[in-house]
Amino acid sequence: MDFLTFVQLLDSTVRLATPLLLACLAGLFSERAGIFDIGLEGKMLAAAFFSAAIAAVTGSVWLGLLAGITASMAFSLLHGVASITFRGNQLISGVAINFLAAGLTVLIAQDWFSQGGRTPSLMGGGRFEPITLPFADALDGVPVLGPIYRELISGHSILVYVAFAMVPLTWWILFRTRFGLRLRAVGENPAAVDTAGVSVVGLRYAAVIICGVLCGIAGAYLSTALQAGFVKDMSAGRGFIALAALIFAKWRPWYALYATLLFGLFGALETRPDVIEGLFGLKVQGALLGALPYVMTVIILAGFVGKAIPPRAGGKPYVKER
Amino acid sequence: MGEQAPAIELKGISKAFGPVQANKDISIRVMPGTIHGIIGENGAGKSTLMSILYGFYKADKGEIFISGQKTEIPDSQAAIAAGIGMVFQHFKLVENFTVLENIILGAEDGGLLTPSLAKARKTLLELEHEYGLNVDPDAVIEELGVGMQQRVEILKALYRQADILILDEPTGVLTPAEADQLFRILDRLRQEGKTIILITHKLREIMEATDTVSVMRRGEMTATVKTSETSPAELAELMVGRKVLLRVDKTPAKPGNVVLDVKGLRVVDDKGVERIKGIDLQVRAGEIVGIAGVAGNGQSELLEVLGGYADATGEIRVNGQPLELSGKLADGRTRRARGIAHVPEDRQREGLIMDFSAWENTAFGYHRDPGYQSGVLLNNAAIRTDTEEKMNRFDVRPPNPALAAKNFSGGNQQKIVLAREIERNPDLLLVGQPTRGVDIGAIEFIHQQIVALRDKGKAVLLVSVELEEILALADRVAVMFDGHIMGERLSAETDEKELGLLMAGVTA
Repeated sequence: MDFLTFVQLLDSTVRLATPLLLACLAGLFSERAGIFDIGLEGKMLAAAFFSAAIAAVTGSVWLGLLAGITASMAFSLLHGVASITFRGNQLISGVAINFLAAGLTVLIAQDWFSQGGRTPSLMGGGRFEPITLPFADALDGVPVLGPIYRELISGHSILVYVAFAMVPLTWWILFRTRFGLRLRAVGENPAAVDTAGVSVVGLRYAAVIICGVLCGIAGAYLSTALQAGFVKDMSAGRGFIALAALIFAKWRPWYALYATLLFGLFGALETRPDVIEGLFGLKVQGALLGALPYVMTVIILAGFVGKAIPPRAGGKPYVKER
Repeated sequence: MGEQAPAIELKGISKAFGPVQANKDISIRVMPGTIHGIIGENGAGKSTLMSILYGFYKADKGEIFISGQKTEIPDSQAAIAAGIGMVFQHFKLVENFTVLENIILGAEDGGLLTPSLAKARKTLLELEHEYGLNVDPDAVIEELGVGMQQRVEILKALYRQADILILDEPTGVLTPAEADQLFRILDRLRQEGKTIILITHKLREIMEATDTVSVMRRGEMTATVKTSETSPAELAELMVGRKVLLRVDKTPAKPGNVVLDVKGLRVVDDKGVERIKGIDLQVRAGEIVGIAGVAGNGQSELLEVLGGYADATGEIRVNGQPLELSGKLADGRTRRARGIAHVPEDRQREGLIMDFSAWENTAFGYHRDPGYQSGVLLNNAAIRTDTEEKMNRFDVRPPNPALAAKNFSGGNQQKIVLAREIERNPDLLLVGQPTRGVDIGAIEFIHQQIVALRDKGKAVLLVSVELEEILALADRVAVMFDGHIMGERLSAETDEKELGLLMAGVTA
């Protein structure tokens, strides 16, 4: 494998890791506050569709992004109402959201565009274009650094940079702000938050809404940056891989970055079987690589690589005790 | 200034949950700088009253005055603002946060944590000096003992500048030594002018620690008296509404053959921690042996092994025959067949299935009883009749076998379990925390049943964290600490002080 192939592989790792990272951080906010969310997949899918649809209709990718975030937030609020206000089962609510999104997106797409459940292909202002960072061409001649800068660091859409910037931001919010302290506390022991005079319901809704926004960006990235338009089931299990990454990352922001990059690499390798063959002389089935994130998560859950302890109040509705 | 305004005054507080009147027209005055006890049975309405004071519930009627000012307390925020701090029975701490983080939670000074933490660290140091409440601010809660955790709760309240401190059953989880320490702290706080409300069902604590005491019964405040002018017997009568036997009436034990013989028993839990570190213990026919100790020193594991749901190494003989300590035959069914009956410590988790009816619960474990069969099916009618008879004999109220276990009060739930186990006439009865969460009237009955079984010549192993109960009920006491038996005493020849030291791991 030559150096350029290697850099290209990493470049596609970054592209594929981006939606995983955003969804993983979305789940992190929600689950750190004690609301389990297996509806990441559905929210991404809904956001992907509405972003593409609105971008196609208006020609503005920014309006598309806004629509995607709104759609994802609407589902988040649904999850919030079911699991926070009515103290329902969070898993069931999440599953419902996944089914609802899978069905609704195709149905509405067919009704609006009559293209077999797709949106029209996005062009021009309807897509997030790659951004070429300054000096990308000037540095091109520099060995090693030049290609890395040009291929790997420069040339992504704005959403990629947003996703990566979210990692330190999430860390800072969680561990350096009052909101973060309370958010972590409400996922561990909501009674402590309640008796301290802080609203458990308010905090959990805030977390669920942040989750909706991040999932919205993740979905918009799928249909307006990674690809040009919405197709049926285009989230393709990424919401679940993000959940796996969240467990893998033990609910920590920086670990989430590493986990999603690793899973992104698997995704990148899946599309380049020649690389593995060149390296190891083995022919590996793409599907095998696709399954790796899940296999690794099971290994983590089985306790082979340290313990993954979820937030203690996770999944449990808060009922004030007498 | 002349007549001082009470720190807290409640006037005519009433609160109903549906048809249940939890608080009826309660009035109370607590003077500043005093410790005021509130005593009453479970379900007497103490917790409801305090929940109203802390803003968890809104009273249907009545007024609250704080330092003479009429105050509305719609939520906990308002209670904190009014200078009320609450130390709950079950601590409200975030276990994987540090002491400092727990203290500032909800009382941060701004959006960013660093300055809040720095200020809290300084304030904490001042509070330490003022009240002698030492605690490491950077320790993680789950690594602290319960006594320390309770201190953190008190510090939390003081950090929020509480002048009125409410403590709900604060000694339930403490050793006698820790409890004494707590009362010294409370005394110090009182001297500094804080007002303390102590909620408890333990008469001894009321007598030792309080200046005045109010008694609650069935939602009503039946009396408020100066502690120095009352006696435990009078308070007990006020609580229950009739004369109560504070001591268990029993004749000296006549121990017979060894029924339970434990030698070199070791238990390692699923985390690999050794919970029981080689103990020897004998229980004879016709005697009650009490295991005293602070919760978590191996007593639960001992019951689990004897009951057949935890593995162990070592040797246990019952009536001279060895018990299987691991493998398929180390199970409850085999144990029952060997004449061992078990009233588990946690009746709601291990003793009953809360959503199932009383008759279903009565059949559990004994569902292979020939009298319960009808061909290959269970004879439900027979089980129901049997349950109803048992309920009558054990005074379970209401004696309705079709009612789900969760709809009975704690005392009646315990009677259902006890009836199931005792009526099988076992050679060895294991009883864990027989009266936890049970009111005084039912405690008396349960104790009588256990003594009656002893008098029939059966062996009883009693595990309880209530030292008073152990001393009253057991003929012999073994104290467990850190997986060891620290010592055995005849209960007639020992006292709480001596046992308390053993419970803290001190051997004289």
